[in-house]
Amino acid sequence: MSVEHHVGGDLLLAYGAGSLDEATSLLVATHLALCPASRQELGLVEEVFGVMLGSIPVDAELDESMLDAMISSPRLALAIPATSGSFVLPQPLRDRAGGDVGDLNWRALGGGIRQVPLRTNDTATRARLLSIPAGRSVPDHGHGGFEATLVLAGTFYDREKWYRRGDVAFADPNVVHQPVAGPEADCICLAVTDAPLRFRSLVPRLLQPLFGL
Amino acid sequence: MEKQGNVIEYPKKHASGTAVRTVMDQDTAESVEANASPGGRTDEMSAWLVAVAERGDREAFASLFRHFGPRIRAYLLRAGGDAGRVDDVLQETFTSVWNRAALYDRSRASAATWIFTIARNRMIDAFRHDSRPEFDPNDPALHPNPLPGGEEAFATQERAEAIKNALATLSEGQREVLWLSFYEGESYPEIAIRLGIPVGTVKSRARLAFGRLRSELGTKWKDMR
Repeated sequence: MSVEHHVGGDLLLAYGAGSLDEATSLLVATHLALCPASRQELGLVEEVFGVMLGSIPVDAELDESMLDAMISSPRLALAIPATSGSFVLPQPLRDRAGGDVGDLNWRALGGGIRQVPLRTNDTATRARLLSIPAGRSVPDHGHGGFEATLVLAGTFYDREKWYRRGDVAFADPNVVHQPVAGPEADCICLAVTDAPLRFRSLVPRLLQPLFGL
Repeated sequence: MEKQGNVIEYPKKHASGTAVRTVMDQDTAESVEANASPGGRTDEMSAWLVAVAERGDREAFASLFRHFGPRIRAYLLRAGGDAGRVDDVLQETFTSVWNRAALYDRSRASAATWIFTIARNRMIDAFRHDSRPEFDPNDPALHPNPLPGGEEAFATQERAEAIKNALATLSEGQREVLWLSFYEGESYPEIAIRLGIPVGTVKSRARLAFGRLRSELGTKWKDMR
């Protein structure tokens, strides 16, 4: 089934330019692994930047003495070792998480919801894997900032739309929502937030320090 | 008036820095053309890269270095590197071009695009101490492209012209966001602060710029395949 909910052109441009934060770049790269149409659009973005690079005005020639060092290094043969097997997490997410979903150290958040925080070097934006039991809803919450959620397994339903593997849901700072995992399987997703979530009801608010959200 | 619309005046980046005017219009096209041999320069550069891949052609590699090296160096300097690190990253970039040329597929990308992506990734690794998250085309979890493609030679020279024309159709505000994002490596929140506008406005300009480029280039893309 093809992906229906894509990352926006603003994210593709920033990802292509290399100016997107690391956590959001991880989400975009994972979406690209699952969405051929977005890969084609990234190709367009990179082509534009390639032309812009070629048009940068230059005023100096380079010292060519470094050419010899570069040419003396060994060249790559065409064969690339193929990975085999089937994975829930595509690359580069598998590398960042330290394995596929079964290999990870999931931490309980309460309500059957589990998470794996992913380390990134920038602190303004945070990435985590979430596992939500089939049919369970995430406590309704608002945001101090933006939230992007990429589905990796199962489905979830949020604000009258279904999201499946590869789909990305965006919530801006004004949205208060209560996503629900589909009934057929646990929903595993990558969530990227750029500010702490704010839960509306008391109980999740008390849980918040435990969530680390 | 047309000409005016194609010029971006940059604010000063640092107090000590000099304002740089970046031109993406006929002036640039002419300056590129001025050192070009007759015929398609873009296609010629792709041919150099193929010669490096197939024969380890040192002269072709030196030609790529002479053309792209100074541009990548300028790009890296603008992205915020100091001169010492910039030269390291420049060397790493071209070492990768030499080592990985076998992975270049001219039916999918121009030499400029391919070399740009290498320089960008090295820049992120070196300057931001991130490792660039990239999808792996050989990952079994990747959803493969259902469209057949890549068999026919890509008309890169015509594409480069089409892209320059499409860039010229962007509004000044859209181009400014695109330029700051690409040339200065600034995030949207940083651009918002620099321009004194809300980050939502920066993002919507970026979306509009992307939509414009896609509508200008999308159909031509198909025509040229």
